[in-house]
Order: sequence, then C-alpha cells, then structure tokens
Amino acid sequence: MADCGAADGPVKKDDIVRAKNEGKELTKEEKQRLRKEKKHQKKQKDEKRPSERAKEKKPVAPSQPVATQPPTQKAPTVLPASAPIPVPASGAPSHSSPAPSPADKPAKSRAEQKAERRARQDADRASKQQSCFSSSKTKAPPSELNPVVKRLPEHVQVDDPAVVKRLAKKLERQQIPLRSDYGYKVSLFSHLHQYSRKAPLTQQLSIPSTVIHPSIVRLGLQYSQGIVVGSNARSVALLHAFKQVIRDYTTPPNEELARDLVNKLKPYISFLNQCRPLSASMGNAIKYIKKEISNIPSQFKEEEAKTKLQKCIDCYINENVVLAAKAISKYAIKKISDGDVILVYGCSSLVNHILCEAYDKSRKFRVIVVDSRPRLEGREALRRLVQRGISCTYVLISALSYILPEVSKVFLGAHALLANGYVMSRVGTSQIALVARTFNVPVLVCCETYKFCERVQTDSFVSNELDDPDDLMVTRKGKTQLENWHDVSSLGLLNLVYDVTPPDFVDLVITDLGMIPCTSVPVVLRVKNLEQ
Amino acid sequence: LQMELQAVLMAAGGGSRMMDLTYNTPKPLLPVGNKPLIWYPLNLLERVGFEEVIVITTKEVQKMISTDPKVKLDVKMKLDLVCIQEDADMGTADALRHIQQKVKTDVLVVSCDLITDAALHEVVDLFRAHNATLSMLMSKAHEFTETVPGQKGKKKTGEQRDFVGVDGTGKRLLFMANEADLDEGVVIRKSIMRKHPRMHIKTGLVDAHLYCLKKSVVDFLADNKSISSIRGELVPYLVRKQFSKSTNSPKVIDETHQNLKKNDKIQISSRDEELLHLTQERSCWNDHRGDMSDAYHGGRLRCYVHIMDEGICYRVNTLAAYIEANRLAPKLFDEPAVHPSAVVSERCLIGADSIIGASCQISDKTSIKRSTIGVSTTVREKVKVTNSIIMHGVTIEEGCNIQGSVICSNAVIGRGADIKYCLVGSHSTAREHNSKIAPEKRLTECHRAEVNITYHYKSITYNNCHKVSK
Repeated sequence: MADCGAADGPVKKDDIVRAKNEGKELTKEEKQRLRKEKKHQKKQKDEKRPSERAKEKKPVAPSQPVATQPPTQKAPTVLPASAPIPVPASGAPSHSSPAPSPADKPAKSRAEQKAERRARQDADRASKQQSCFSSSKTKAPPSELNPVVKRLPEHVQVDDPAVVKRLAKKLERQQIPLRSDYGYKVSLFSHLHQYSRKAPLTQQLSIPSTVIHPSIVRLGLQYSQGIVVGSNARSVALLHAFKQVIRDYTTPPNEELARDLVNKLKPYISFLNQCRPLSASMGNAIKYIKKEISNIPSQFKEEEAKTKLQKCIDCYINENVVLAAKAISKYAIKKISDGDVILVYGCSSLVNHILCEAYDKSRKFRVIVVDSRPRLEGREALRRLVQRGISCTYVLISALSYILPEVSKVFLGAHALLANGYVMSRVGTSQIALVARTFNVPVLVCCETYKFCERVQTDSFVSNELDDPDDLMVTRKGKTQLENWHDVSSLGLLNLVYDVTPPDFVDLVITDLGMIPCTSVPVVLRVKNLEQ
Repeated sequence: LQMELQAVLMAAGGGSRMMDLTYNTPKPLLPVGNKPLIWYPLNLLERVGFEEVIVITTKEVQKMISTDPKVKLDVKMKLDLVCIQEDADMGTADALRHIQQKVKTDVLVVSCDLITDAALHEVVDLFRAHNATLSMLMSKAHEFTETVPGQKGKKKTGEQRDFVGVDGTGKRLLFMANEADLDEGVVIRKSIMRKHPRMHIKTGLVDAHLYCLKKSVVDFLADNKSISSIRGELVPYLVRKQFSKSTNSPKVIDETHQNLKKNDKIQISSRDEELLHLTQERSCWNDHRGDMSDAYHGGRLRCYVHIMDEGICYRVNTLAAYIEANRLAPKLFDEPAVHPSAVVSERCLIGADSIIGASCQISDKTSIKRSTIGVSTTVREKVKVTNSIIMHGVTIEEGCNIQGSVICSNAVIGRGADIKYCLVGSHSTAREHNSKIAPEKRLTECHRAEVNITYHYKSITYNNCHKVSK
C-alpha cells in the first residue's frame, strides 16, 4: 500500500508541478480534474485497505465485522483505524502488499513519508473544499478573473457597421440570406434589428430548400409570422424541429457524429435567429442539446446515437416543461385561496395552466385579464380561461389603476429571469408590477428554471426586441391614420416586445425548485451550473 | 438531406379549347414569344430553385423535344419525362396516381400552360407555415383586350364561373364550386358558417393550376381511383373535407398516412405528434377570434390560397389567352427583341414591342408593329404586319398586309394578300393577288369546316386549302 502510495505520490506531484511550471493558471477544468483524481486515489487507497483487511481477516475471523472504511478523506483517521487490525493479521502470509501497519512505518523511506504527508495535505484541502462549498466558487474563477473581454452579442450592435459587416460575412459563409432592416428606427433603439413581417426570409431562399432542413424553414416561418409565440412553445417547437433534423441526419464519411452534427446545427440556429431573435429558453435548450451531442461517445453507432439524442430531447422537454409546470402549479395553488381576485397580464402559458389546475382543484376565485396593444394576447388568455369555466373580467392596461383596488394577487409569467434578479417579460409587465406595489398587492412571478439566464440587465433599452412597426397601425371605420408614416421623416414607430422588472417589485418567484425570492436567482444558476 | 418539395409538370393536356392551333402542334410546344409554351413553367421552377422536375407528357411531345432543333428547351434542370398514352384520356389526378411511386415527398403540381411571374414563395409559405394539405395560386382575372381572330364580339363569360370562398384574411380557402356543379344556387353548409361567419365569395378569379399537395394526398389518390381531375374533383373534395365531422378524429387521409407509416417504416413516432400538440397548446396564437375554439377549430385538414392582385398570370388554354400571352411574354424574359441571327434589312420599321425570331429574313420597307415573328420566317418587301403572331417557317410574299391575325407555322401568304383578323392554319397557302380575306366568309373547300360551325368565325384557312371564295 505504501508502495502504491509512493508510486502515486510522485505522479501527482509531477502533474501539479508540471502545470505550475508551465506558468499557466490551473483552469477550472484542470482543477476539477485534479480534485477528482485525488478523490479517486483516496478512494482507491481506502478501498484497498478494507479489502486487504477483509482478505486478511477472512482466514482469521470471518465473523468479525469489517469496519467498512468510512469514505473520509482524512488520512490520519485511516492510519490509526488500520493500526489495531493488522496486528493480529500480521502473521498472515498470503498478501504481498503489507497493510501500512504502524509497525512498518519506521521502515518507510523519507520519500514515501513526504508523499504521504502531501497526500494528507491534499486530502485536507479537498475536504475543506467539500465543506465550504461557496468558497470554492471564489477559487474557481481565478482563471476567469483574467481580463476576459466579454464580447457584446451582435444583435445589440446593429448601428455599428463593422459588426453588421461581420455578421453578413458569417451568414454568407453559412449560406443563410441576410434579412434587411425596415423602416425608421427610434434613435434610442437604433442598436437593435427591426424587421417587417411582409418581407419573410423565405423570399431569398430556394423553394425546395436544400441548405436548410425543411422543418427548420417551417419553424422559422412560424416564428416570424407569430404562429408559435411564447417562450415555452418556442422551445418545444425548436426541440421538435431538432428531432426531425437528427432523424434525417447521416454522418458523412470520415466525420464524427459528435462534431459534425453540432456544426450542422450552427447555420440552422443563425437562420432561426434571423427569423426572430432567440429567446433565453431557446438558448438554454440549444446549449443543452449541443452538450449532449458532443458528449456522445465515439464508439456509438449512428443509430444508437440518434435514438439516444431523441430520448434526451424528450427527457428535457418532459422535465423542464411538463413536469415543471406540474410542480409550479402545486406550489402556486397553495398561494391561491378561496375568494381571491387574481390579475394576470397577457397570455402566459404557465399562468393559464396554474389557473386551470387551481380551478380543477375547486378553488373559488375570479380572474382579471389585463391586455395591451398591439398584440392583444389577453384575448387568447381570456378565451382559454372562460372555456374552462373561470369567471373573468377583461380590461386594457390603461384601466389598471382603476381595477387594482379589487385585486388580491397578481400572477405574472416571465420570458426569462436574469442573473441579477430582474424579470424579463412582455412589455407592460413592469408597469403592472409597479402599480401593484403601489397598491400593496403581492406580485408573484411564475417561471421554470430552464428560463433562467446569466445575462444581467437593469433597463429595457440595452437588449430588447423590436417588432414590426406596421403592427401599430390600426384601421377604424376604413381610415388608417398612420398609413403614410414613412413619409413623415421625423416619425418613428416603436413596437417593443420585452421589458425588465426590478426585483423590488416582485414578491415571490415560483419555480419548479420551490418558492424563492427574486434575489436567489443567481444561486439557482450556480447550482445548475455545478450540476452540469 | 430530406427533400422538401418535388415538382411535377402536367404537359399531357390536349388544348381542347384551341383546336385551331393545337391540331398540328401539341399544346406544350406552341410558340409563345418564340419559346415553346412549356418553357415558361419550367423557367419559373428553375428561377425559384428547383433542380429536377417530373414532366408528365405524351410520346409525341417527348419525341419532338428530343428531335426537333427548333424546340430548344434551354433549361438546366434535370427533366424526368414520364409518357402516358394520348388516348388514355387521363385526367391530372390520374396522371399523379400514375407516378405515385416516384413521389417521395410533398409535391408542387404545375400546369404546362401557366405563364406567370408570381412569387412562388407566397404559396409555399402558406403550405409550410400552417402545415396545410393544399395550397394553391389564383389571380384576379384581367380582361383580354386584344381582338381574337375568328370571333365575333366578346365571348359570353356568363357560364362556368368559379365560386371561391375565402375567410377574412383572404388566405384560407373555405368554399370552391363551379357553376356547372351547382343546380340552383350556391349552397353553403351551416357548419362552415358557424366556424367562419365572415366569408368573401369571389367569382372573377383565374385558377393558375399550381398546387402544393401533401404526400398523403397522393397516397389517398392511389386508393381512390374515382377521382380523375385535380381541379375538377380533388380540390373541391379537399375543401369540403376541411369541415366534415370525421376530420377531427383519425380520418381518411390521415389513416392512409398512418398506414404508410407502418409500411415505409418511417419512424415518425406518435411522440412527435405529442410535441406538436404541446407546442400548439402553449402557443398563444389563434387564427380566428370570436368563438371558443382552438386554433384552426381543431381541424387537421387545411386548404389555403394565395390570390395575386398584380402581376402576370395567364393560362394559355384559349385562343384569346394565347394572343394575350404573346403580347406580354417579352416582359418575362430579357432577351433582345430582335434575335442576333435574324437578317433584318435596314429600311424596315420594327416596333419596340415586336419580337423577331432566329434566322429570320426581313426585307426592305416592311413595317412590323406589336407582333411576333417566329423562327426562320421570311418576310418580303413592302409588307405590313400589325398586331399579329407569325409562327415558324412562314413565308410572307411582297405587299401583304396582315392585321390582328395568327399565321401558323409553315404557311405561305401569297403576294398582295390582305389578311385581317384571321387565323391561317399551318402548312396552308393563301394565294391570290390582291385578294382580301374578308370577314365572315364561310369556306367552301375546307377539310375541317365541321369543327367551326358552332362559332361565328370570320375566316379560317386550313391545310390543303387553296382557294378562298369571295
């Protein structure tokens, strides 16, 4: 045992020494790897000791319970524990490798002693890291504390011609057509894209689309025309389309599925981004699927790999959308009591689901649906709730302060939850939260954990989405007042899609992990990252 | 990579409504703007990005395409020619059934007589975005302004109207019927009215005969041999089937689809259907409002139509359409009006909107206005050609005056002939010095007179007729 300890010691030492000598800071992966190796070696040592002891004991006293070596990382406790046992067994001649009996200790060479001491120190360090969990996080990012210049994403730098040119080149390389901006943009938002629905991207594609898989073209069309709307629906549709892509995929010769499939997906994602900017939930789904694909072991045959990926996708959707919705409803129903008047805004699939479940569990409440132009999504929410039998009231957002004295709770859905606790949701949500706070009405945000994203934003200007400005035109009695808005040079129509609500206005966030305050979002993100 | 759409070109039709032109030349090869008619839909498909087309045609056409040098098709796509018997009297749906084995994915069916500059992506986008079963193209009909030779006055447009009902957005096809099938009035079922209380019924539309069909429809056709025409029977059937009660549960077309799944071992599992359902459930979009139903009223079969407001869209199946198409054809392609190989003398007047074909010989003092001159035609001196279509290999002797007429291929117009609003058949000769083929003369020596008794023709000369009575 001491031999292998000695054998291991110098090897480990060499590793660390090598890394340090190269001048490179240990990256997070290397540190993790080192930690894992040490743990593994520790475990090996511990397992060998009890196994040897067991073997030695068996000829001696099989009934004697082997103190199943507790998987402590502390070497000092190991040595004294092993001390009393090998003494009676020291006579056993069967095994060549002697247990590190204290009797043998003086026989160890200085190098072996040093190795043991170092092993002990490593084990201590490892255990300390295990126990004080959060401090490890501060140690892990020393590599990230290097000035890592985070590049701004391209979709918020539209007024920088160099970035636009770079994007155009990238799209050209991937053979995706570039969608051109439309109309005069309000100066505060000139850094964002603004597209027209009447100029779809398919105009520039060949009709039996060969570069892009047909189901992705269909998906892009559905996004840009607004047929698939809503964070959950968009992610589910995206994963469904990816399933079709994976099903129709064949590995070209001399290529590995793990790498080639990820490269195949990149142009599709650019295409979908051109049709409509990706949502946070879609981004997380894409990250997950890319990780799954790159983790496919190379010995898998193509069919096996494909079935595994399809199963992963199904699993992801089941866990993060379907089961999460069930879990959230369970928590949320605890917060709905009889006689409640609940206010909802727009059409959030999750909030609708919660309300329908609560109604099925015979809670007595009524709902006020607040709606806003130009999308008027509240009408759809109204239809779904009334179809179930829930009694509803419908107002436009301008009547919010009028209706709020009646309201007992506000349930809001979210598009994404940002790392600083801000809630990104449909434009108008922050208004509702603000007015509700003024009236001292509790605001509860319902959001699944897969929508948590690591972005940080404190205002709605930095990163947003501009919808088609022509949606703001309305025809009443045959007259459209804004018909010729292009001719008025100083007039810009702004159709924002999202806004951010600060955490001070939100009382509770209901997620599938439980009911957490808004400021706990970074903790959840951290836990999720470590799990991966 | 999976193919999205397969193009099928129907070029086996007979051209029964313009027998004067098609008794000698098959309809797909009639020259329009000096290109065979079939070139126009092929060019449309090529422009849009198709790389191969299945062309269903007759043996005669296939022979002419491969042998006749004049019929240069000039397309880069791969053409898969499928021949059917001419006398088999096959409808378009029968033809589709014939090639069922070749159809591996959704099809885009185009007719060979379609001349249009429509943006095809509009039709296909409807097909894609709404996962439609049928998507078609229609256009507002334009009045034909040219006088047609052989026709007295405007033809009555009262009969055989098509009634097309669309919903408020103008995209969803709710109702389609031809006047011939309606006994007394337009009958609309209450179930349709309940789901779509606002319907716009249009009659002045031209059906471009361009259809996007799902693969399951082709398979359905294979099982239902009674349907023989796409336009006449299949499309109205599908439009009606959108609202039939059985469509909301596994029904005819979907059952065939499911059978096919088992047969072809396509692994489209029911899990995919669940995901689609989940997406629709979570998406807050609806295609209509005002009632309590889900999007599309829960129906699985949907038919869409794209109606063009502006742009060229002609179906060349009547003489009037043929003439109109010849006028507008030069706008569709930008080749030079006068072919470089034509020998055009200097002292002749050729209007800007005339087309001169290859290897023509135009002599002095001729005036050609708003006309099309075909390949290898000879026009001698002092000839005036206005508003006419002259096909290939025609010889026009000196001093002729041709107005508003159609001279078919290889005809010979004798010296001094004065032809107004006439149609001269192919290989015929109109002699007579100073003869005037005046309006409304009935021919005495003519082989094909029996065909024309129902119409009031001004005057027609046919094969082997030499004399025109005065």
